[in-house]
Formats: sequence, C-alpha cells, structure tokens
Amino acid sequence: MASPTDLTIAEAREQLRARKLSSRELTQAHLEAMAKAKSLNAYITETPDRALKMAAEADGRLKSGGTGPLDGIPLAIKDLFCTEGVLTTAASHILDGYKPHYESTVTANLWKAGAVMLGKTNLDEFAMGSSNTTSYYKPVNNPWRRHGDNRPLVPGGSSGGSAAAVAARIAMGATGTDTGGSIRQPASFCGLVGLKPTYGRCSRWGIVAFASSLDQAGPMTRTVRDAAILMGAMAGHDPRDSTSVPRPVPDYETSLTGNIKGLRFGIPKEYRVDGMPAEIEKLWQQGVAWLKAAGAEPVDISLPHTKYALPCYYIVAPAEASSNLARYDGVRFGLRVKGDSLDEMYENTRAQGFGDEVRRRVMIGTYVLSAGYYDAYYLKAQRVRALIAHDFTEAYKKCDVILTPTTPSAAFAIGEKSDDPIAMYLNDVFTVPVNLAGLPGISVPAGLSSDGLPLGLHVIGRAFDEETLFRVAGVIETAAKFTARPPAVGG
Amino acid sequence: MSLDKATVARIATLARIKVADRDLDKMVGDLQHILSWVEQLNTIDTTGIEPMTSAVEVTLPMRDDVVTDGGYADKILANAPEPVIVGEGGFFTVPKVVE
Amino acid sequence: MLIEGKTGTWEMVIGLEVHAQIISKAKLFSGAATAFGAEPNTQVSFVDAAFPGMLPVINRFCVEQAVKTGLALGAQINLMSVFDRKNYFYADLPAGYQISQYTRPIVGKGHLTIDLPDSETRQIGITRLHMEQDAGKSLHDQHPTKTYVDLNRSGVALMEIVSEPDLRSPEEAGAYLRKLRAILRYLGTCDGNMEEGSMRCDANVSVRKPGGPLGTRCEIKNVNSVRFVMQAIEYEARRQVEVIEDGSTIAQETRLFDNQKGVTRAMRSKEHAHDYRYFPDPDLLPLVLDGKWVDELKSRLPELPDTKKDRFIKEFKLSPYDAGVLVAEQEAAEYFEQVAKNRKDPKLAANWVISELFAVLNRQNVDITKSPVSAKSLAGLLDLLEDNTISGRIAKDVFQQMVDTGKEAAAIVEEKGLKQVTDTGAIEQAIDAVLAANADKVAQVKGGNTKLVGWFVGQVMKGTGGKANPGMVNEILKRKLEI
Ligand SMILES: [Mg+2]
Ligand SMILES: [Zn+2]
Repeated sequence: MASPTDLTIAEAREQLRARKLSSRELTQAHLEAMAKAKSLNAYITETPDRALKMAAEADGRLKSGGTGPLDGIPLAIKDLFCTEGVLTTAASHILDGYKPHYESTVTANLWKAGAVMLGKTNLDEFAMGSSNTTSYYKPVNNPWRRHGDNRPLVPGGSSGGSAAAVAARIAMGATGTDTGGSIRQPASFCGLVGLKPTYGRCSRWGIVAFASSLDQAGPMTRTVRDAAILMGAMAGHDPRDSTSVPRPVPDYETSLTGNIKGLRFGIPKEYRVDGMPAEIEKLWQQGVAWLKAAGAEPVDISLPHTKYALPCYYIVAPAEASSNLARYDGVRFGLRVKGDSLDEMYENTRAQGFGDEVRRRVMIGTYVLSAGYYDAYYLKAQRVRALIAHDFTEAYKKCDVILTPTTPSAAFAIGEKSDDPIAMYLNDVFTVPVNLAGLPGISVPAGLSSDGLPLGLHVIGRAFDEETLFRVAGVIETAAKFTARPPAVGG
Repeated sequence: MSLDKATVARIATLARIKVADRDLDKMVGDLQHILSWVEQLNTIDTTGIEPMTSAVEVTLPMRDDVVTDGGYADKILANAPEPVIVGEGGFFTVPKVVE
Repeated sequence: MLIEGKTGTWEMVIGLEVHAQIISKAKLFSGAATAFGAEPNTQVSFVDAAFPGMLPVINRFCVEQAVKTGLALGAQINLMSVFDRKNYFYADLPAGYQISQYTRPIVGKGHLTIDLPDSETRQIGITRLHMEQDAGKSLHDQHPTKTYVDLNRSGVALMEIVSEPDLRSPEEAGAYLRKLRAILRYLGTCDGNMEEGSMRCDANVSVRKPGGPLGTRCEIKNVNSVRFVMQAIEYEARRQVEVIEDGSTIAQETRLFDNQKGVTRAMRSKEHAHDYRYFPDPDLLPLVLDGKWVDELKSRLPELPDTKKDRFIKEFKLSPYDAGVLVAEQEAAEYFEQVAKNRKDPKLAANWVISELFAVLNRQNVDITKSPVSAKSLAGLLDLLEDNTISGRIAKDVFQQMVDTGKEAAAIVEEKGLKQVTDTGAIEQAIDAVLAANADKVAQVKGGNTKLVGWFVGQVMKGTGGKANPGMVNEILKRKLEI
C-alpha cells in the first residue's frame, strides 16, 4: 500500500472511519516525512507532541464512531493564524517569541471538526509577498523543479509554506490567507487547489491582519473535494468579526455533481496581458474547451478596469497595513529594541523588527494616508476599487462564473524577480481584482509548463457562490487529470 | 509627484521606523518608483464615484452591554518585555515620557 | 469678559471640547468591564490591548447613550455615521490608532443654554458629538526611568462634545460645563465626575480686539475641575494679551494647566507635527440607525433642567433664581417637588430647602440623597407651620432636632409640648400679668410712645415660652392699651 501521506483527505477520512488506518499512523507518517523534508523550510514551527496528542484523541473519537468531518486529519496552519500556546510569528522578527493565549476562529473550527495540527507554516513576512522570500525565517523551496534544472524555485506567496507542505505530502491540507492572491498563486505554482472565499465567509478573528478589507482565509489541498471538505469546516459566521456575514454554511461536497450543463462562463478580454507566455494562453483555451465539452457556454465579457487593479491594490493594502502594523511597537509583546526615549524605542524596534518589503509597504501606506495626499491616493484608489467591483457586477449579468489563468507565469527561481518590487507585484495581476471586489476565486491545477512546472486555472464566482466554483473546479480537475507529482517526492 | 529626502524622513518618523541617512536615498528611490507606477490611476475619471471602503453589504452588527471578557491580567502581560507585577494585575513599562 | 491691556481692551474667545465617559457595563468595542479603580490591567481584553488578530464589535447601549445625549442637546442625529482610525503612536494607545469618528459623526449641530448671573441666559452652539475609544493611563511618577502603562481605561466609550467658540469669559465656560454636566447626569449617560476623569475638558482659548478677527488659539488639555478650567482660561487669556502687547505673537500649541501654580505651560514632549491619517476603519462597517428607534428614545427622554426650571417658575411661582438653584441637581429638584406638591405656599418649601436644608447638607457635607431629613418629614414640619400648630421660630428649633434625632416633627412638637397657644383666655392672662408688672411703661405707651408695644410683645412671648401666637398677642395688647 502507498504511503498514507499520499492519500487525499477524502480517502483518509474513509480509511479512518473504517478503522483501516489510525490517526496516529497517519500523523506519524507525516511527522516522519516532515523530518525528511526539512530542506523545503516549509514549517516555521513543528508541533509533533501536540499532533500525536490530538491524533490519539481523534482515534478515541473514531473508535466510538466519531463523525467529525475532519476527525484525525493532519493539517498545516499558515503561521499567520494565532494558535493558543504555540509560537505565532507572521514570519516576522518583530513577533519574536510571541505565544498567543487565544485560538483563531478558523483554526478553532478545524480542531472542533477533529483535525490534527502538524505545525505552523512559513510565509512572506506579514503575508506581504508573492514568493515567500520576505520571510524572516528564510525562503521556502518549491518541491517542484524545472526539467533538467535543479535551481530551487519559489513556491509562490504569501502562503508558500502551506503550498510547499501540501505539495510535498508533509500535510494533507493547509490553511492559507489571500489578500491579493496569496492562496491561489502559490496553489498554482505548486500544483494545488486553492480557494479564496467570499469576503466575510471565513472569520478574520485571530488572524494577524495585513489589509483588513481584503484578507480572507481559505483551504489549500491536493483535490477539489478536499478543498470542499476543509472549507466546510473553516467557514461560518463569527459574532467576534463585524465583517463576518451571518449565512448558513452549505455542504460544499454535495455541490461536486460534475454537472455544469447550461452554465455560462465569462472570458474577460482584458486578461490577455501583453507578454503573457503562449503556454498560459494555450492552457486558458484548453480550459474553455473542457468547460464547453461539459456543456457550459462561453461568453465574452469585459472587465474594463482590470489593468488598474494592481496599482489600486498597492495603495489600499499598504494604507490599511500601515495602520494594522502600528500595534507592533515593542510595548506589549514580541521584539523590543532599547531606546533612550519612547520614540527611539519605537523607531529601533520597528526598524529592526520589520524586513525591507514590510518597511516599504508601511512607508507607502503612511504616505498615501498623510495630509495632502489622502485624496489624491487613498480616496482615488477607493473610487477605482468601486469601478472594479462594478465591472464584475456588470459581467455577472451575462455569466455565472469567470474563467482566467491564475498567474501570468509558472514558478520562478529564488532571486529571479526580487530586484524590482513591481515585477514581483505583477504575479497577482489576475487574482487581485477578485480581492478588491470581495468575490470568491479558486485555482485548480490544469497542466504543466513546457519545462514541467504546474499551471493553474482560475475560476471567479459571484459573492457567496462557492458551490458553483467547486462544481466548475471539479469539472476542470476531472478533465485535466493532473497526476504529476513534484520530483522532491518521487514524481 | 516627486519625493524628496525630507518628505521620506518625515514619513519614516510618522511611521516610527528609523531610517539611517545612508539608507534614505535608496528609500526615496524605492518609494518614488512605486508611487509613479500607482499614479496611472489619475488617468481614470472617477467623478461622482463613491469610494468603496468595504466589500460586505451588511451594516454594522451590535453586541449587548454585558461584561464577557477581561479579568486575565496574567495573560495580557505574559508576552510583555519588562512588565511590573502588582497584586492581581501589573503594568507594561516603557522608557520614561515627559509631558 | 473684557481684559484691559496697555493697548486697549481685549475679548476672550473660548471653545470647549469635553470628553465624557459613557456610563456602560462593558467597553465600546470589547466585553471587558469599565468599573473605575480596579487593579492595573485586570479589566483588559485582548482587543483592548490590541493583540494580533483582535477585532472590534460595537456595544449597542453605548450608541443609545450617545444618541440620547445628542437628542438632549437638541442636535441632529445622523442615521448613518462612520468610524475612522486616528493614527498616532503613544504608550497608552495599544493599537497605534484610536477608533473615533471624523468626517461623519453620529451627532451633528445642536445647542445648550447657559445660566448667567441675574437669571440671564445665553445659547451656546454645539458643533458635534462623536463616539470614540478612551486611551489607557500612563503613570510617569512610579519609576525614575520608566513610564508605567495601565490599559484598564483603554477602550472605554467616550463622547467627545465640541462647542462652537461662542464662550466669552471664564464664567460662561464654567456655566457651560455645569449645565452640560447637569444634562449628562439627568440622562444618566455620564456621571460627570471630573476628579475621577470621567468628564475631561480641553479649552481652546484666543484673544482679539472686540469684533476683530480671531486670534491664534492655544489648547489647554485635560483640566480636571470646573474651577481649574475657569482659572486656566483666565490665566491663558491674560498671558496671550501680554505676549501680543509685548510685540511677539502667539504660537498655536497645546498647553497644560498647573493647578498648584495656577499657570499654563507648553507641553514639553516634542509634538511630532501631528498627522493623524484618518481613514475609515476597515474592521467596522457604517453605523446605521433606525429612525423609529431614535424617535422612541426621544419620547423616553427625562424632563431636562431647563424645562424643569420653567415648570417650577410657572407651577410653583418660584423666582428664576430659586428655580435655577433647585434644578441644578436632579435629586434636589425631586426632593423639592415632594415637599412642595399640593402645598398652599410652595415658595415656603423652596425657602426651607434652599436655606435651611442646604445649610445642613453643607455642614455635614452629604448630598441630598443622604439627607438626615427626608422630603416627607420636612413636608410634615411645614404642615405644622402652615396650620399654625407651631410658630416659625419654633419650627427652626424643631427642624434642628429632626436633624439631630431623626424624629418626625409632629412627635417632637408633641413630646416637647411646643404647640402654639391660640386660646384667647390664656394669652389675655399672660398679657395682664405683664401689664400689671409694668404700670410705668403702660403709662408711657398711653402717653404716645407706641414704640414700646414691641417690647410688650417680647415680654409676653417670653412669658409663654415662645408658644403664644404672635399675631394674637399683638392684637389683644393693642386693644388693652387702647391704641
Ligand atoms: Mg479632540
Ligand atoms: Zn477625542
């Protein structure tokens, strides 16, 4: 029998319930794989003792016929989620040694569903990045390699550790957060399914905030069904988050009918960006063909303000971040660097505690909110944001979902794009508009680049219509038959 | 618009991030680069468009006036550098401030 | 009030910003308790201390309190208001921003009527009232090199009530604060306790030649009593006149009042040219109120000081001054009304409460809710006075005994036998005795020295231990002396 680490969550769930496999065995197998895969640097903190304890409890429940949707399933948690008693760093020096005395709502929901925590995964510092190279805890390696080229590649970001872990079979699934593409882009780079839910669908309580009006937590898994299972446990209304929406959580698994007959999917012409590799264009057309073959109907649509989404995002997100990150000041938790006055202590702590990219974004955000620039930058961007959201409203009069590539390129080598921040920002050109509009988007592995790297297709849905996203993603998954495995795990 | 060192220094002070003089030029360059890029937004006419501050349609939920939290000074101070414990509670401490 | 300077007269221009702590059990955006005086950081939630990932959820009752206050100030209630972040770094501001309201406050323009000497009144404009979080407390005197931070107060709900620059003297400023405090207490939205800091006042002061253009203003921060606010304004205005008349100019700055020395001084902490970078808090959504709910709150407002005062003047024929004194505190007004209701002469009740009762309360320095004589008991005493059971002089003695013993007036009069003598026979006897004993003086009276009558009355009263009805004594004396 294949290693239990190769099972999907759905498969493992059956074997656990049938008592063919114990959570202890499953968890143990993952802990051993983690020990062998340290070079990926996917985890910042591993929690083997807690994992084995939670596994034992899960086995107890399973023995007595426990039916928690995730009973005994070992998961990785992005180190942006506060976990009680476990180091929580946001991959930043400034949170040195920080152990929360509370548990984020999303992770609490997972533990309630019976899941087992393997550890906390690496990410871009404060989730600011698209390559996981801004982490204070060093970059994460993508388990994938280009054909005949052993240079380490980035896993994407900011949820790079989660993506690498799931792709490398050292977690069955993982949580991510997505502010501008931080779930979908790394999912695409690592050959995974990644869902960014509708804003307000998952609680933000207990998740270290980057940009409050854009942040959403979501699942990262190896199959669409696994994503649906994980999402069902993560989602739900939370009275502790004023932006959490009081709506019942549907059973997402039941939406995987494979039937999309008569569904209209939009093809936005503005997503044909210049310099987009031919193979991306080809993959996109392939996606269109698959959906047509399944009985769906393509519709040409226009999202006229698409090209302004990135600049809009790089005003709104830093503005919110500059305020959200003001609490990291060396007074109540984390790093303190001494200073003769209070202000010196602040300035030393924040200069040494934040990395280059975070400092850069806090400075930009402070600037665009400051007197004299607020209207020209921040207010202007919020107006453009309204236009971008309106584009989608108009489009959804013609179609039910929108199909695009997830990223304009496959994974790149570490250091390849780090010199110019804007070149890096362009990774998110297809994902950022979705966050600005608060809509759900899912990335599904759909094929390999010419040099053997995974590429994802991106399906965007109406607000709170994750069910249709899962259904369409399931159809793409079936058609794509994506079975390639990263060489790092013997592909 | 073009940035100067003085402006960047003022922003750094507002953000309470120490930027050494020798790093100021690079910082000016980095920010200038990004700002000139985002300024393409000025080519869009947004007259009469309401700024969008939230992606959710619902209005602000309210809670009842009941005490449900607090009462755990130990946890509040547990991660603090140089706390001073006093009885059931205690203080955070910072370099002395003169008003 | 005008200041006489070397170069002529100057006018003060004063606007007040009052921070009033809202009375509520829990904080504005967290479930932590608000009670004053707990041990440091014991009434702090992870939200109040701005721990990573913590989010605000607003307290409905605090919103209700702010709306009630706005309605009482005759102000416009904004059915849609927005919470903004005011960004600045300070040790007792854990998040690095204060959640406040900037461009769209919950309450707009209103007004407040202040009472001035010789029952004059003036209307002072209210610019706005907005809701915001209080900060924690920094203690600078606990350690030679450290400032200690207590976050118990962090997140408590505040109303910031901003006046127009309509005030022209320390007296008007004092009257404004006293009236505002009375209204807040009537409403139960703030206890108005300036000493404990649940009501704090910043004063914006400038001077100008009467009618001339506005001068540069200085803001005097956190003065903690009405008296000090008045002193601070007086000092600051005179300081500004001197500075200007000595040929220099006023720097717009924040100043602190030193209540020992009675002077204001510029804050030493280098104020980084403040740039608060207000923007709508993305963790919160616009606050939308239901108009029907607001109307219902309005219909349930208590009778407020001004209305009560007018009613007392009409209903009880009180002088505006007495009415003003009685409504200043809701409890005093209630006490008075209990004593005065269905009394022939309510003015008598007013006099007794204001002069006799208040004197006792001052001496024992207790407030009226702890008065040694209840309203019902005082009413009992006034009943005896009104139906001539006792004389005014006796009534004062009885009242003193009521204070000392807590007994009812009737009981005291009974056991001490202080009933007024109104039986003609008894009074005539007493008079005859006095006349017989002073034949010489009787002769003088009959000789035309009518001034002596008063002396006779005194003698008779003395003879009856003050119990004889003075009116009857007078009347019978005059008859017997044939004048
Ligand atoms: Mg103010
Ligand atoms: Zn204020």
